[in-house]
Amino acid sequence: MSASLEIKGLSHRYRKGDEAAVSDLSLDVEPGELVALLGPSGCGKTTALKVISGLLAPTSGDVLVDGASILGVPPEKREAAMVFQKPLLFPNMTVEENVGFGLRMRRVRREDSSRKVEDALRQVRMDGFAERKPGELSGGQQQRVALARALVTEPKLLLLDEPLSSLDANLREEMRELVKRLCREGGYTTVFVTHDQEEAVVLADRIALLFGGELQMHAEPEAFYDHPSSREVARFFGATNFIEGEAKNGSVETPLGRLRLESTAPPGRTTLTIRPEAVRLDESGENSFPAKVSSATYLGTQVHYELDANGVKLRAALPPHIRLEKGDEVIARLPAESLWALG
Amino acid sequence: MGKKRHNIWLILAALVVAIPFIPLVLWAFAGEWRFPELLPTEFSLRGWEQIISGGNRVPEAVLNSLIIGVAATAASVAVGLPAGMAIGGYEFRFKGAVIFLILLPILVPPLASTMGIHLTFIRLGLSDTVFGVFLVHLIPTVPYTAIILTSVFADMTGEMEEAARSLGASPWQAFRHVTLPQAVPGIAVAALFAFLVSWSQYILTVLIGGGSVITLPMLLFSAASGSDPVITSVLAILFALPALVVLVVALRFLRGGGDESGMIGLGKPS
Repeated sequence: MSASLEIKGLSHRYRKGDEAAVSDLSLDVEPGELVALLGPSGCGKTTALKVISGLLAPTSGDVLVDGASILGVPPEKREAAMVFQKPLLFPNMTVEENVGFGLRMRRVRREDSSRKVEDALRQVRMDGFAERKPGELSGGQQQRVALARALVTEPKLLLLDEPLSSLDANLREEMRELVKRLCREGGYTTVFVTHDQEEAVVLADRIALLFGGELQMHAEPEAFYDHPSSREVARFFGATNFIEGEAKNGSVETPLGRLRLESTAPPGRTTLTIRPEAVRLDESGENSFPAKVSSATYLGTQVHYELDANGVKLRAALPPHIRLEKGDEVIARLPAESLWALG
Repeated sequence: MGKKRHNIWLILAALVVAIPFIPLVLWAFAGEWRFPELLPTEFSLRGWEQIISGGNRVPEAVLNSLIIGVAATAASVAVGLPAGMAIGGYEFRFKGAVIFLILLPILVPPLASTMGIHLTFIRLGLSDTVFGVFLVHLIPTVPYTAIILTSVFADMTGEMEEAARSLGASPWQAFRHVTLPQAVPGIAVAALFAFLVSWSQYILTVLIGGGSVITLPMLLFSAASGSDPVITSVLAILFALPALVVLVVALRFLRGGGDESGMIGLGKPS
């Protein structure tokens, strides 16, 4: 049922002479895998999704499902059900008719169809609303019906275009769990478009990060925190510590002294990064140096410090039981296993 | 409190609409009504009997008006629907020019264009025929229909059709099951307006029909310039009837069970 998806050198420009909305995107999605297409708005992620769905023909490149190109296949034959940012329920139909729409288009027998619709509504906890019109439902309920409407067709590909972004925060978290559970249980090959990195991290098996239509990094969520491919990627995931240096025989010469890292750094000029949570304070040892606290912000579960060490600004996030004040002199340590050299 | 005041305005508005009809209805049923009596001194059904009894051209005129009106409506919707979908739903080159061309027939005085059309119609043998009159009625009805339908489809984003496509609907199925049902109230309103425009058409009918194609407005105009106010009033009521029916039906569609897509360019209720 679930299929593999492969995108090869995909480019799309909306008009001749325009900048490409997506350029040379290559991506693979394993059967049953959930891949998040992540990026700021206007990065081309929705364009990519529309090309996969067939609603948009790419300028160049190919889309393969189970190894066969689907570019010549019209959207309705691709079995790629899409859920949009807005629920887009058909206002002239009841909830039941909305969910049954895909089955009706496929001429599924009535009794099979009504059983499937019932199941799908139960899965999204919307049983009991079958006879309602979309206008009588809340935004969250509508979006759950939209999800059921896509899942009931048992699609080869499930394409989700920011389906949670129109919901308020509480509902979003609940829906996120629901989407995750349904995708896992159903084993759907899913492409999930989002601009919210937290959402991508929670939901996805792998994340594809796009900036300006170009793929920056395609990897497991942890890798974006531990081994970002560039300064932009690191910054998008909340890393703010960048230390310039010169790599030489396994360690890096920096204004903070000679730093050793466990991963390898290519020789020459390089930028080291470390997450604020990994920075240690009041610890001496390897990779330690004196620093001055230039600000401390108490956030309840964490305290954020800004440090100044020999002109290098660093951020550290520590549990609140260590309390330092602005102006304190400390010894900061950057553990070798947490340092990462950007390309 | 707001409700009560609202009712007063409603009643006032209803009066403003109804008052012109009062003398009309009185005249239509008057037997004897001489100055300076406030009301007819005698009532009769003379006018109505005269119209029904035959020996006049009223049945023929009503039939012609109906045939031409229905045909013009059907043709206007048939042309205006794709035009409205294209203009309202898509961006394309020279869109402004296309809108201008569609509106041109109601911007140019119909008399000016109809003079030329008349000559052509004579050559083609279309003048003095019901078919010719029907064709010339399309000059004002098509632009109105197209413009109303443009606003119907401009409110639809096409995303719904995209959702339908991804669920397995062909382009035709998406239109048939998703777009069309939502457009029905708007199409109905456009059709009703087209019918009214055709129903009340006078000049174009006279020019192209040349007096051999008799419609209700022509009888009404000649009666109004005559001396029998009873017949004129009866014809005027007959003439206004469809307009009233259409208005009531249109308002029902516009309110249309809370369906917003029915609020065609008339603003949404607050």
